[in-house]
Amino acid sequence: MHNYTIAELRKMLDTKKISSVELTHHYLKRIHQYQSSLNAFVTICDETALKQAADADKRIQEGRIEALTGIPMAQKDIFCTQGIKTTCGSKMLDNFIAPYESTVTQKFLDAGSVMLGKTNMDEFAMGSSNETSFYGAVKNPWDLECVPGGSSGGASAAMAAQLAAGATGTDTGGSIRQPAALTGISGIKPTYGSVSRYGMIAFASSLDQAGPMGKTAEDLALMLNTMAGFDPKDSTSIDRAKIDYTALLNQPLKGLRIGIPKTFFDERLDKQMAEVIQTAIKVFESQGATLHDIELPHNDVATAAYYVIAPAECSSNLSRYDGVRYGYRCDNPKNLLDLYQRSRAEGFGTEVKQRIMVGTYALSSKSYEACYLKAQKIRRLIRRDFLTAFENVDVIMGPTSPTTAFKIGERCQDPIQMYLSDMYTIAVNLAGLPGMSIPAGLINNMPVGLQIIGNYFDEARMLGVAHQYQLLTDWHKKVPENFK
Amino acid sequence: MILSDTEIRKIAHLARIEVSDEDVANMQPRLSKVLTMIEHMDSINTDNIAPLSHPIDATQRLRLDEVTETNQRDIFQSIAPNADHGLYFVPLVIE
Repeated sequence: MHNYTIAELRKMLDTKKISSVELTHHYLKRIHQYQSSLNAFVTICDETALKQAADADKRIQEGRIEALTGIPMAQKDIFCTQGIKTTCGSKMLDNFIAPYESTVTQKFLDAGSVMLGKTNMDEFAMGSSNETSFYGAVKNPWDLECVPGGSSGGASAAMAAQLAAGATGTDTGGSIRQPAALTGISGIKPTYGSVSRYGMIAFASSLDQAGPMGKTAEDLALMLNTMAGFDPKDSTSIDRAKIDYTALLNQPLKGLRIGIPKTFFDERLDKQMAEVIQTAIKVFESQGATLHDIELPHNDVATAAYYVIAPAECSSNLSRYDGVRYGYRCDNPKNLLDLYQRSRAEGFGTEVKQRIMVGTYALSSKSYEACYLKAQKIRRLIRRDFLTAFENVDVIMGPTSPTTAFKIGERCQDPIQMYLSDMYTIAVNLAGLPGMSIPAGLINNMPVGLQIIGNYFDEARMLGVAHQYQLLTDWHKKVPENFK
Repeated sequence: MILSDTEIRKIAHLARIEVSDEDVANMQPRLSKVLTMIEHMDSINTDNIAPLSHPIDATQRLRLDEVTETNQRDIFQSIAPNADHGLYFVPLVIE
């Protein structure tokens, strides 16, 4: 049952070959079976999931069917869910039960999908390995000694181990694409403003964007159709006509112009990784796509600019955690300052505190201009590079991550090593462009992700490009041995 | 860029995060590494480039000046660490 895509499950549910209750039981059983070895979930919602499944079966019976009705999903624990704990991977929110529902999870509820549970993640989405979670590291199903990527590492591990039919993630600097790459699944970060941020706990508001993670590009399109759309409750939501993300799935690759950024393939890229990515790109070429060298001259400073802008926004966003209104509060505060300082010192983990402090430094009067404004100027240059490239190409392709999944603990001591995990994904967030990762090969039996970057609001074309690749290859069908 | 212990304590105070001597010692090399990496930005000439704060240069959308939310004080205070009778409790501020 767990081998089927959402598209396949849809047919099985509609023809009553299976019920949503049966499917939900099956996935819940798998989740419990693998929770101790993978740690992919923070909360498992047995009771509510089965109730939602029963409701979905009733809906199907009555013919009120949407694409995701009855489909069991895993939601990242960054989305506020009314009445169900939302931790954001932090001790700060260990006891937090949101008094309202995020727009994204509400849309899934409205569509009649089932929420199996809330997935583990790096604390406040700050990390590339899922090691910063208060609830412990998540393991990569391909090798339990390796990380599943981050910050949406619970979601990626759950999808790779086939513990849900689909999952949600969020991507501030690569947090959907990098974990998707490291676990051999598909994931897309849409154009900034496409998916509502209402009720999605904020990390860096000008970069944060939610998106789906799944088995195939087709499934991503189905999930994105449910997730995306204008939301008056999010002031940065883009008000434009609704897109059907499945519309271009069958568009042939002939004539597609693919931009290849030289900087993605220089000496810093692992040789084997380069070979796998080039082999994948040849598949597109064989179908009549053309390759074009492009320059992204400011990609190398994207990481530096990102580690000013994201921490600056995080220091501002996370100032709300004060131990007064909700979340963790220290014991016996001596005075108000002590209450703030100790609640934050005890409630936040090391990486989060470090980023708040970098952001506080960047926004201080002494460094504001040289640090924060400088980073925002570089952000404009990065966007300009992409706009220039997209004058001559339809999509840009390259690796998602410079390496396959690394060992747990390997990069914890050196923040720079960890930050470089996202060297190919960060610029996309700074520019607000859509980016995706699809499985494109294996190195030493560990998955490799091909990154596809598109122009603004061109997700339907990107999903079509990915779907065509998946019709020609079977990398997306590879499953880790112990989770078949 | 190397941050001194005093600078780290000052930043921690601005961020309202308590730090022990051990915390400062642990943070010092990590923060310094990050700030050194950030200095890489100086290699780029940004004269006459306007800062970009919103990736698609959108302007703030306005809405009608209408009440959309109702008072939900009891619900919001039900998750507070210490609240009663509609009030949030904090340590004494004024003696």
